[in-house]
Amino acid sequence: MAYVSIADRDHEIEHHDPQTFITKYVWSQDHKVIAIQYGVTAIFVGIVALVLSVLMRLQLGFPDSFALINPENYYQFITMHGMIMVIYLLTALFLGGFGNYLIPLMCGSRDMVFPFMNMLSFWVYLLSVIVLLASFFVPGGATGAGWTLYPPQAISQGTPGIDWGILTMLGSLALFIVAFTMGGLNYVVTVLQARCRGMTLMRMPLSIWGIFIATILGLLAFPALLVSAVMMLFDKLVGTSFFMPAMVSAGEQMGTGGGSPVLFQHLFWFFGHPEVYIVALPAFGIVSDLLATHARKNIFGYRMMVWALLAIGGLSFIVWAHHMYVSGMNPYFGFFFATTTLIIAVPTALKVYNWVLTLWQGNIHLRVPMLFAIGFVFTFTHGGLTGLFLGNVTIDLPLSDTYFVVAHFHMVMGVSPILVVFGAIYHWYPKITGRMFNETLGRWHFWLTFLGTYSIYLPMHYLGFLGVPRRYFAMGNTDFMPESAQTLNAAISVTVIFVALVQLIFLYNMIVSLRNGKKADPNPWGGASLEWQTPDTPPKHGNWGHELPVVHRWAYDYSVPGQEQDFTPQTVSADEVPVGRDHGMEH
Amino acid sequence: MTITLVFLGAIMVTVISWLLKQTLNTEPWVSDPAADAVSGTSLDTSNKTMGLTTFLAVATSIFALFISAYTLRMQEPDWRPLAEPALLWFNTAILVLASIAYHWTRNAAVSGNTARLKPGLLISGVLTIMFLGGQLIAWQQLIAGGFYVWTNPANAFFYLLTAVHGVHLLGGLWVWARCTTKVWTGAEADSVRLSIELCTVYWHFLLLVWIVMFGVLLST
Amino acid sequence: MPIAIVLILLTVGTLLFHFLSPWTFTPLASNWSQIDDTINITFWVTGFVFVAVNLFMAYAIIKFRARKGNKAVYDPENKKLETWLTILTSVGVAAMLTPGLFVWGDFVNVPDDAIEVEAVGQQWHWTYRYPGNDGEFGTVKSELVTDDNPFGMVADDPAGQDDVLIFSPEVHIPLDVPIKFNLRSKDVLHDFAVAQFRVKMDLVPGMETYLWLTPTKVGTYEVLCEELCGIAHHTMRGSVVVDEQEDFDAWVASQPTYADVQNTVAGDAAVGAAQYAVCAACHGQQGEGLQALNAPKLAGQEAWYLKRQLQNYKSGLRGTHDDDIFGKQMAPMAATLANDAAVANVVAHIQTFPDNPAAPSIDGDVANGARLYTVCAYCHGGDAQGIQAINAPRMQGMTDWYLATQLKNFRAGIRGAHPQDFYGKQMGFMGRTVQNDQSINDLIAYINTL
Repeated sequence: MAYVSIADRDHEIEHHDPQTFITKYVWSQDHKVIAIQYGVTAIFVGIVALVLSVLMRLQLGFPDSFALINPENYYQFITMHGMIMVIYLLTALFLGGFGNYLIPLMCGSRDMVFPFMNMLSFWVYLLSVIVLLASFFVPGGATGAGWTLYPPQAISQGTPGIDWGILTMLGSLALFIVAFTMGGLNYVVTVLQARCRGMTLMRMPLSIWGIFIATILGLLAFPALLVSAVMMLFDKLVGTSFFMPAMVSAGEQMGTGGGSPVLFQHLFWFFGHPEVYIVALPAFGIVSDLLATHARKNIFGYRMMVWALLAIGGLSFIVWAHHMYVSGMNPYFGFFFATTTLIIAVPTALKVYNWVLTLWQGNIHLRVPMLFAIGFVFTFTHGGLTGLFLGNVTIDLPLSDTYFVVAHFHMVMGVSPILVVFGAIYHWYPKITGRMFNETLGRWHFWLTFLGTYSIYLPMHYLGFLGVPRRYFAMGNTDFMPESAQTLNAAISVTVIFVALVQLIFLYNMIVSLRNGKKADPNPWGGASLEWQTPDTPPKHGNWGHELPVVHRWAYDYSVPGQEQDFTPQTVSADEVPVGRDHGMEH
Repeated sequence: MTITLVFLGAIMVTVISWLLKQTLNTEPWVSDPAADAVSGTSLDTSNKTMGLTTFLAVATSIFALFISAYTLRMQEPDWRPLAEPALLWFNTAILVLASIAYHWTRNAAVSGNTARLKPGLLISGVLTIMFLGGQLIAWQQLIAGGFYVWTNPANAFFYLLTAVHGVHLLGGLWVWARCTTKVWTGAEADSVRLSIELCTVYWHFLLLVWIVMFGVLLST
Repeated sequence: MPIAIVLILLTVGTLLFHFLSPWTFTPLASNWSQIDDTINITFWVTGFVFVAVNLFMAYAIIKFRARKGNKAVYDPENKKLETWLTILTSVGVAAMLTPGLFVWGDFVNVPDDAIEVEAVGQQWHWTYRYPGNDGEFGTVKSELVTDDNPFGMVADDPAGQDDVLIFSPEVHIPLDVPIKFNLRSKDVLHDFAVAQFRVKMDLVPGMETYLWLTPTKVGTYEVLCEELCGIAHHTMRGSVVVDEQEDFDAWVASQPTYADVQNTVAGDAAVGAAQYAVCAACHGQQGEGLQALNAPKLAGQEAWYLKRQLQNYKSGLRGTHDDDIFGKQMAPMAATLANDAAVANVVAHIQTFPDNPAAPSIDGDVANGARLYTVCAYCHGGDAQGIQAINAPRMQGMTDWYLATQLKNFRAGIRGAHPQDFYGKQMGFMGRTVQNDQSINDLIAYINTL
């Protein structure tokens, strides 16, 4: 039915093809342009957050040596860094960026089902980014409450930005949620309703599965952030006491009473934990495709991979309070949440096994995207395993609020997804731009980033074992921390600055290759999934020329026995014998 | 949080079990001519219907979370239950009528009866606006009685929940206004049918939300 | 190929780092060895998986790297293998979780014979309370908290009269006795954490939380706030001193009860006038201060601050650092005040002086000073009026050259370096963020405009 309706739209596409520069690249409704707009904005704001992390590390590595960093702006940097990286970079890039680009191409659709709403989604996202960045310049500066924005401190004396700072932050988050919802409706409905003929759900690449389930999680979880933000706005602006208990602030009675700060934490983490998987699941999906394509082998245990995604998605809603073991909530909750949290390790571990087993008996091409994918499996294994420490309620007692937590979540949802982001960008760059990137620079970028980030975060865990608390502007002299720990801190800081600078290689490569890169083969890696079979590279508006593709197989027919070529595009039917690389494009 | 968990659990169970049903018995690496013939549309419904359904899941999550927050906050000792204005019963009746009116309009649209659309939409819209007006009057009554938003968390929740519900209705009215304009400028039943059908679902949904919310408010 | 070798090296390197790292758990000083055991179990299980997965991956990369004529094996799934992996993983997870839950059960259930102490957090320091001889805490209410009643005690509650109030971030606890810390916050979230004890818990305003432990080693342990509580979060330190029982008893006996605090006689300004004669030689007849003798203005400074500084001088918390030349001059002078009553009297006399702003003597860039002052304002107030609740003295209208000297002293660790000078240590943290003398001048030039 939808197939017919999409075919009908062919005429529309002919007539409504964007004509001017503005409709083509600015107010564009083409999912690919919107994806790039999302991606570029997210990377830009990510660079801002990266600079903030360098500023923080300067203070931590070399305390009190830089006049521009004081406790006030240090806590502002912490807050903005965290919020930007988690939401405005990773969520926006994986779903708004990759989701937008890949869903219609991998599902064989012309575009998203609601292109206008899709366009609005980007512009509202951009607005949310502008409001967020504006909070640096409002009176009192940005909020310094930490990215968790816990009340009462987020809106009471002693924290930076308790007036305009927190208001712009909450406003920006609300805008982001609106933008995400508009995008998310598109992603879900497109995956469900607008695939091409023959594309059953189980023939979809895992990238789509990851993005699809992450979007569902986002749609159901972001409301919790919205609800907590709205309630906090009420507390701040109208003087309600949802979260505000009777308290004294800077020696003055606040006149509030009865509110429960722990209630906010429940709401926040009810969003916050699924958020981790909103970032992780697309990374899981994409990395599966990178591994399969470059190992020239089908993904091992495809069905298990899909079910694991579903299981992780479902479980992610009943583990939130593992962020709150020492928050003062009813301690008996600890039993339940420790159990659910450790159960979620099982499907996650299965995914790791299957990635590694995909390499087994493969024919592994160690190209740049593959290096990033392998790097991901390594760092994710490390980060996932340290999660078993923190998820186990007893071990959380000494380790929560220390650098162990910082190291863990940066490894598992900082470094790992970012490695996938890089791998994915290199992987699809030829398709997106029609040019090849510089392979040598890509390799340098990988090696320095991978080794650099691991040497930042591995030792950081041990500061946590030592008991060094996170979110400290300075440690000063303490009995339990040996002098050498400060040396380690300085070394970490130097590495951070180095790794940050290395990213310039990436930017240079991406920008210069746009013009100078070798013209790309339409399917340089021999990919079997649909996006490599488009008639044009880069794909034009409408993606598929006059006729939509028809799918005859799953996305992982690599090295099928008895076939000459080591991949069979999804568009090739069982009767056709693949004879050449261009076969898939004869449709 | 139990309430949210129940709602979300229901949604997740629906989604996951449906997805599992699609995926359990397939071996996608096996060539399957039946699968080749499958259209890429999983559910036999329009994109807009799917879009609305998904949005309703999001809205359900929002309302469920608010109600969860309500029940959690209620346990603190400073909670003083609010005596809801009797006017709310009247407002509820109006909203029920609005929903019925919309359903009547929908039936007209489905059966291609363009003539009945104008009165139908008009009545539905007017009733909805009356409901919103009634809610505003209820607020004024409370304020006149000294029940300000900051006086007690129970009051704060009352204003907050009714406001969020009202905002959703306003969003619906925007679509209603667009549709009504179309009908007034001579659109046929067929061209606005989908819009009216979806609005009807949305109105029923918001009626249901209101009844649940009103029930929670009354019983506490 | 290099990637495989690097993976092997990283895996081995990670293990070596783990075993050779000088940074690891602090020596345990409480009963919670079970927590360390749980961590060790988890380490072995996760370590095994880490090594197995990564070495397998490296091996696969070496063995199955792309070669001409090679073809991958088509292998969609292997139910048996996947089932076994699921079972093995579940066993590993259970092995980690089960002991964890048992230990958590111990943590949640406090032994019946535990003695109780209350730790009270506020921006940005700690105070404590023991229930006193009746073993029962008096009722407290956040609404009653004022500068004069920092614990928010209900004045007429009989159970509260013998409560022992510790007006210091340092508390003592007895060795080998289970201790239950009741945790309470007056303002925002905090967290009570001692690395050597392993356990920690948040303080939440509006409710009471707890943790318990049995200290097993005599010593002094640093208390850290580990829940972000504002810009001076990192300065919110305290200490727990684990004493032998008899030392502990003596210490508790030396601390004031709530009844003692209520019955403290206010200082007598008339008596203080006689004692002030000694002070007047340097600080001036009206406490106006004299730069030539390095004596700051006292008039207009708040009583609580003057008292605390006199006590600090008397007890050696201040005026003992070798480089604190003027402080060392003050210390013997303070020592002439025999007891708390004498201190109270002289401070009461100082409170009668007319408060005329000191003449400015320092110039600087006021605009830059205003920018720098935003950090200071969090504690000292927007008008530098001082906030007693945060232990921040008044600076407005005080002798500016003295502020400059003290800020430099704090920065250099000449003041605030004594391990028990907790409030001075906080200012040390903040002082060090003012990078150079020009900034100090700018800052003080701005304070002079307030």
